[in-house]
Amino acid sequence: MIKEFENFKGFSAKKLPLAEPIASGHRACQGCGEVLALRLAMKAIGMNSIVVSATGCMEIITSTFPHTAWNVPWIHVAFENAAAVASGVEAALKVLMRKGKIPQKHIDVVAIGGDGATADIGLQALSGAMERGHDFVYICLDNEAYMNTGVQRSSSTPYGAMTTTSPPGKKSFGQATKKKNVPAIAVAHNIPYVATASPAYFLDLMNKAKKAALVKGPAYLHIYSSCPTGWRHGGDLAIEISKLAVETNVFPLYEVIEGNYIINRKITKPKPVAEYLKKQGRFRHLTDDIIAEIQRQVDEEYDKLLKLAGETA
Amino acid sequence: MAKRIGMEVSIAASEAVKLADVDLIAAYPITPQTHIVEHLAEVVADGELDAAFVPVESEHSAMSCCIGSSAAGARTFTASSSQGLALMHEMLFIAPAMRLPIVMVVANRALSGPISIWNDHSDIMAEQDIAWIQTFAENGQEVFDLVLHAFRVAEDSKVLLPMIVNMDGFTLSHVIEPIEILDKAEVDKYLPPYKPKVRLDPRKPVSMGLVGVPEIYTEAKKATNEALINSKKVVVKAWKEFGDLFGRYYNPVESYKTEGAEVILITMGSISETAMTAIDKMREKGLPVGLVRFRLWKPFPATEFKKAIAGAQTLAVVDRALSPGGACGPVAEEIKAALYAERGRPKVFNFIAGLGGRDVTVENFEEIVSRAFTYAKKRPKQLYEMIGVREI
Amino acid sequence: MAKIDAIMGWKELDLGCVIRQPGSSRAFKTGDWRSQRPVVDRDKCIKCGLCWVYCPDLSMVPAEEGYYKVNLDYCKGCGICAKECPKDAITMVLEED
Repeated sequence: MIKEFENFKGFSAKKLPLAEPIASGHRACQGCGEVLALRLAMKAIGMNSIVVSATGCMEIITSTFPHTAWNVPWIHVAFENAAAVASGVEAALKVLMRKGKIPQKHIDVVAIGGDGATADIGLQALSGAMERGHDFVYICLDNEAYMNTGVQRSSSTPYGAMTTTSPPGKKSFGQATKKKNVPAIAVAHNIPYVATASPAYFLDLMNKAKKAALVKGPAYLHIYSSCPTGWRHGGDLAIEISKLAVETNVFPLYEVIEGNYIINRKITKPKPVAEYLKKQGRFRHLTDDIIAEIQRQVDEEYDKLLKLAGETA
Repeated sequence: MAKRIGMEVSIAASEAVKLADVDLIAAYPITPQTHIVEHLAEVVADGELDAAFVPVESEHSAMSCCIGSSAAGARTFTASSSQGLALMHEMLFIAPAMRLPIVMVVANRALSGPISIWNDHSDIMAEQDIAWIQTFAENGQEVFDLVLHAFRVAEDSKVLLPMIVNMDGFTLSHVIEPIEILDKAEVDKYLPPYKPKVRLDPRKPVSMGLVGVPEIYTEAKKATNEALINSKKVVVKAWKEFGDLFGRYYNPVESYKTEGAEVILITMGSISETAMTAIDKMREKGLPVGLVRFRLWKPFPATEFKKAIAGAQTLAVVDRALSPGGACGPVAEEIKAALYAERGRPKVFNFIAGLGGRDVTVENFEEIVSRAFTYAKKRPKQLYEMIGVREI
Repeated sequence: MAKIDAIMGWKELDLGCVIRQPGSSRAFKTGDWRSQRPVVDRDKCIKCGLCWVYCPDLSMVPAEEGYYKVNLDYCKGCGICAKECPKDAITMVLEED
C-alpha cells in the first residue's frame, strides 16, 4: 500500500474541484477528446503544479503566441524531451528547496505528451526519467496517431486503422502492426504507479491523476483520447466512443500499484469490437476477416491482463 | 587565498563549477569530457557541492534537463563534446531563445565520420548559429577563469544567455598544468548569486516556449540576436573586473608581436601557444610576422579584430574544421565577411590544420606563414588548403 | 492586459517571449467556429453537472441555483453536452447566419 494514498478518499461527482488549470479560448478542434482528458487530469492535479509539454496538439492549441491557455506554470521545449525537461524542473526544485532558495512546499511536476511523443520519439527520455526515479507524473494522451501533423501512424496506432501513412489499399488493410503497450514498458521500470484512464470515466480518471501526483517517485498515466478529426467520427461522440473502448475491452482501465495489477472496471460481458469500430471512419474499410482478427487480439490482450491481475474471466 | 597547484585541466574546470556553487549538473559521458563530470559527481557525492547531479540517458536529454532546471531558476551546468554536442543540436537553439543562462564546457573533438575521439573544432563549428556566447581557452588557467567568467556573464540581467567555454579535447582537457585555484570568498566577490528574472513558479504562473507564429518569429529572433550582440559589453566588463580582482586580464581578441607585422597568423584555442613559439622563432629570423587569436568567438568581435590586424597586408587564418564544399573554413569565412567592406582590407589566406587530433607543429606554422608570403605576391589557385595532408 | 494579437515590435517582447498573464487565451473567442449551439431546458435539467464535466471548451459553466449555462464566447458547438445529458435537457440548435 502506498502511504500517500491513505488520506485520499477520491473525488465525488457532487464535489469536483472548481479550479481550471487550463483556460477557455484554447484552439482544440470541436469535440476534442484529448483536451477534455487533459482538462480533467489537470483539474485533479490542481494549481500547485508545473506542466512540461511535448510538442503536439495540446501544445499548439494552448500556446499560440501571445495567448496561453495555461493558468499554471507551463513550458514547452521540443517534441521528444518532455520527460527530460521535467527531470530538470523536478531536480532543480528539490535542490532549490534544500538550499533554501525557494519555499519548501511540494510542487507537482507534470509532463504531458501525445502517443507519438511518448511511444515513439520520446520513449528514451521517458525511460531515462522513470529509471532515475524523478518525482513526477507523465501523462500520455493517446489519440493513436500523429494528429498534429495530419494523422500519420505511430507505434500506438491500433491494428487495422487507416492513417495517412498506413493507408488501406490493394495490398494493405491499414496499420499492420499491433499497438505498443507503453503502460507495460512503464511497469518494467519498477515505478510505484502506472494507470490507464478514460475521460468517459471521469471520476476514475481524476482519482488516478491525483494518485499519480500524490505518489512519491515517477507515475505514468496513459489516457485514452478520442480524436474526431483523425478518427473520423462526429464531434459529439468523444464520450460515447471512449465508453465503447472500455466496454469492448479495446482499452481496459487498470492500475499497477507497486507492480500489482488491479483491473478497475472488469468487463464480464464485453460488447463485440465491431460496435466500437463501426463508429469510426478510420476502421470503415475493414473486412470481416480483419475485424475477427482484431477481436481475437483484443480477447488475447485482455486475457493477459486478467492473468497479470490474478483474475479469471 | 588562491593557491597554485598542478592539476588536470578538466578537474580545474569542475573546481570552477564547484566554486560557482551550481545547483544542477546534467551530463552524459563522452570522451574527452568525462573527467569534468566524473569530478563533479564526486564532489556532489562527497557533499562538497550541494547540487543535483542528474546522470541523464543522452546528451539530448542533458540539454533538455538543463533547460528545465534553468527555467525553474537553478544555476545549471553541463559539459559535452563532439557527437554529444551534435546530439544536443536541436536543444542548443532553444536555450538562448528562452534566455536561459546555462553554462557548458565543450571539450572540442572531431565529429564522426570516421569516428575520432581526438581534438579539432569541427564539433563546435557545426554549431555556428545557436546564439550561445562562446569563448575559447588557450590553457588550463584560462579554462578555470573562463568558466567563472561564463556564469558571471550568462546570468547578468542585461545578458541572460547560455554560454559555452571551449577547450581543446586532450591537448587541454587531459593535461596537468599549474593552475591558480581561487578560494570561495574570492569567487563570491566576483560571482553574485543567480537571481532569475523569470522562473516556473506556481505562485506566479508564466508560460514559456509558445508557438512563434509568423507575425512574431522574426521579432523573436531579432530580440535574441540583439541580446547576443550586446552581450559583448558585459563579456568585456566582466573580464576587466576579473583582472582587477585577480590580476589576470582577458580580451575578446589577443595580439602577439603584431607591431610591424606584414603577415598575421590567426588562431583560436590551444594551438595559439604553439603559434606563439613559431612567431618567436620567425621573428628571430627577422620575418615581420605576428599572431592574433580569438578568445571571444561569439558574438564575433569584429571591431576588436579589425583593430588588432590594422596595418597587416596579409592574414593567414588557421581553421581547425573543414567546411566541406564551401569557400573556406568557418573562421576564415567569418573574417572574410567581416573585412569585405573595409577599405584597404588585407588579403586573407586560409589553412585547414589539426583535424582529428593531428598535431599542428611549429614547423606547420612556419610553412603556413611562408606560403602566405608567397600567396601575397602570387594569388593561389585554390580557395584554401589543408596542411599536412598526404597528397598521394 | 493580454495582447490580442501577435503584432508586436521586438523591443516589446518579454524576456524569451515569456507570457506572464495566465489564461490569456480567454481573449481569443472560439465561439465563432460554431455552427450549432446548445440550448438548456431547465425544466428537464437535474443539475448533475455532466455537461460541465464533459465540455472540452469550458463553455458549460456553473450558474445560479446549481444550473449550468452556456458561455457562447467559447462554445464550438461540438454537441458532447447534448449527447451526454442523461435527461436530454440540452438540444443543439443551428446558428442562423
